[in-house]
Amino acid sequence: MTINRSYRKIKLQYIGRKEIRRINFTEASFKKMLLLSAIGLVVVLLAIFVTLLISSLPSIKAIGVGFIYGKTWDPVVDHYGGLPFLIGTLLTALLALIISIPFSLAVGLFLGEYFRSGVISGIFKNIIELLAAIPSVIYGFWGLFVLVPLVRSLETTLGVPPYGVGIFTSSIILAIMIIPYSVSLTAQVISLVPANLKEAAYSLGATRFEVIKNIILPYTRSGIFAGILLGLGRALGETMAVTMLIGNSHIIPTSIFSPGNTMASVIANEFTEATGDIYLSALIEMGLFLFVVTTIINVIGRRVIKRFSIN
Amino acid sequence: MKTFYAALVATTLLLSACGGGKTDETKTDNGKTEEPAIKEILGAGATFPFPYYSKLFDVYNNEKKIKVNYQSIGSGGGIKQLQSKTVDFGASDAPMSDEELKGSPSPIVHIPTCLGAVVVTYNIDGNPGLKMTSDIVADIFLGKITKWNDKRIKEINPDAKLPDLAISVVHRSDGSGTTYIFSDYLAKVSSTWNTKPGKGKSLDWPVGLGAKGNEGVSGLIKQTPGSIGYVELNYALQNKMPIASLKNKSGKFVTANLESTSAASNVDLPADLRVSLTDTDAPDGYPICSFTYLLVYKNQKYDTRTEAQAKGTVNLVWWVIHDGQKYAKDLDYAPLPEKAIKAAEANVKSVTFDNKPIL
Repeated sequence: MTINRSYRKIKLQYIGRKEIRRINFTEASFKKMLLLSAIGLVVVLLAIFVTLLISSLPSIKAIGVGFIYGKTWDPVVDHYGGLPFLIGTLLTALLALIISIPFSLAVGLFLGEYFRSGVISGIFKNIIELLAAIPSVIYGFWGLFVLVPLVRSLETTLGVPPYGVGIFTSSIILAIMIIPYSVSLTAQVISLVPANLKEAAYSLGATRFEVIKNIILPYTRSGIFAGILLGLGRALGETMAVTMLIGNSHIIPTSIFSPGNTMASVIANEFTEATGDIYLSALIEMGLFLFVVTTIINVIGRRVIKRFSIN
Repeated sequence: MKTFYAALVATTLLLSACGGGKTDETKTDNGKTEEPAIKEILGAGATFPFPYYSKLFDVYNNEKKIKVNYQSIGSGGGIKQLQSKTVDFGASDAPMSDEELKGSPSPIVHIPTCLGAVVVTYNIDGNPGLKMTSDIVADIFLGKITKWNDKRIKEINPDAKLPDLAISVVHRSDGSGTTYIFSDYLAKVSSTWNTKPGKGKSLDWPVGLGAKGNEGVSGLIKQTPGSIGYVELNYALQNKMPIASLKNKSGKFVTANLESTSAASNVDLPADLRVSLTDTDAPDGYPICSFTYLLVYKNQKYDTRTEAQAKGTVNLVWWVIHDGQKYAKDLDYAPLPEKAIKAAEANVKSVTFDNKPIL
């Protein structure tokens, strides 16, 4: 505060009061603009929630809480239960996370600790960023033509029905899609571990692996978890690639190889030709449901991050 | 929802206004007074006949210098846009239901433009041409027949080499007129199907995998040995997919092609033409067919609509059911048979402006 005041005094000698007022005005209006943008975003989020809620009222009235635990989705008789889709969504997203964590952690360490700069690191970083830029429909196509036959032969070997498409196939594609997100955050936080901490460990005779295990990972775990959470958010809402690979069966999946469906994918599939009022409203309610589920998972995630963080 | 479609149309209007200055010019050669200029005719709806309609409207623009802007947003969307009066005509693969007609501001007439068919396609070794009866198809899609070498399939296909392979059913995952027509057929021929899953654009399928669009279904079928599914006839023809011959109501095994599809509608049609063409009495007709329709208001005087715009719309529809028919076959759509054209003519003639017939 005192520094600021003396700075102003010095400034005053050179530029005069009028100029000061102009500068103050710029400062204030800039701050106001920032505030407005922030409020704007919050308003958009609330508006989306309210719109979804209002549009899904007819379905909420007609179906009630049965929407959450109902097992059949039958537009012919206007009977809508969302449980198979909720399970499909959570199962694919969680399986994708489990598949992606070892890879994103390994690549994050590689880029954040072993090869922080240089040609190799540059090439790797660019390629991983490119992975995030590929449109999801292309992931879907690739999955359909390359991954599905592979999974089918795996299923034949395992003796389960060889659909090729299903929960497992979608989870692999989702895992590939979310890796860039968690890698970039993981690499970032790993590279920010203070050098003196690591040097202290080395001076005590720790090997590189021990430094990673005892210094880097504990120090960065909340950041790493945030990266995983970012990926989870994307996996929950991903639509196109999943629709192409999940088999779109309105049944509760019995194993990770069985076909299923997700909330986002049923909306994408059925929205264009949903003609009945309750049908349309039920699909919008599915959107609301997805919104709520994503929010709940995010809130839980933030609490976990807080608990994980070192301070 | 209404506002959303309105916004959509507003955007397309804006875009076309930017793009096509040409359409505004009217030819007044030799001092002849021609009909008052109409800028553009707007339509929206079914995706199935889109290739056919784009060809037709392109020819129409070249011949008559009237631009027709057709948005293939799906039958449901087309009906909604017509109901909110943002388009001159709607288009739908299925006739409007009584409920939908009741929800419309004034009576709507159905004008069929061509026919489509839905075929059963499959992937087994060598892809022999198979014959199927309606109850075999129903039981396969109900999950009751599970193997390709099932006794009932063997019985009517004694020459075909049928493998000991599980049948995997592939159906559409997106809401679709194709599913509607297919399930309408199955509901007619199988009482079990009629009670559950019934007929509709999306169903609660008892078995099988869902794939998006004709291309998704055919992609999955081509990849999965032992699979069976249904796609539109023109899609199957263009992609040279194996097609099962079906036994029709007269007991004849009919191969799906444009002729047998047209033949299916050569029956007595109700005046409003809202008719299902599955399992018809036509002796040479393929059993899973359907009209696709243009929809216009019977009374063309509404809101600020001009007589010229109304006349332009009706003239276009008249042209589609006559001159337009010859373009259908090249694009693998089945043209209307004589009986259907006569019935459609009567419907076009019933359209009025200010209580006076337009044609």
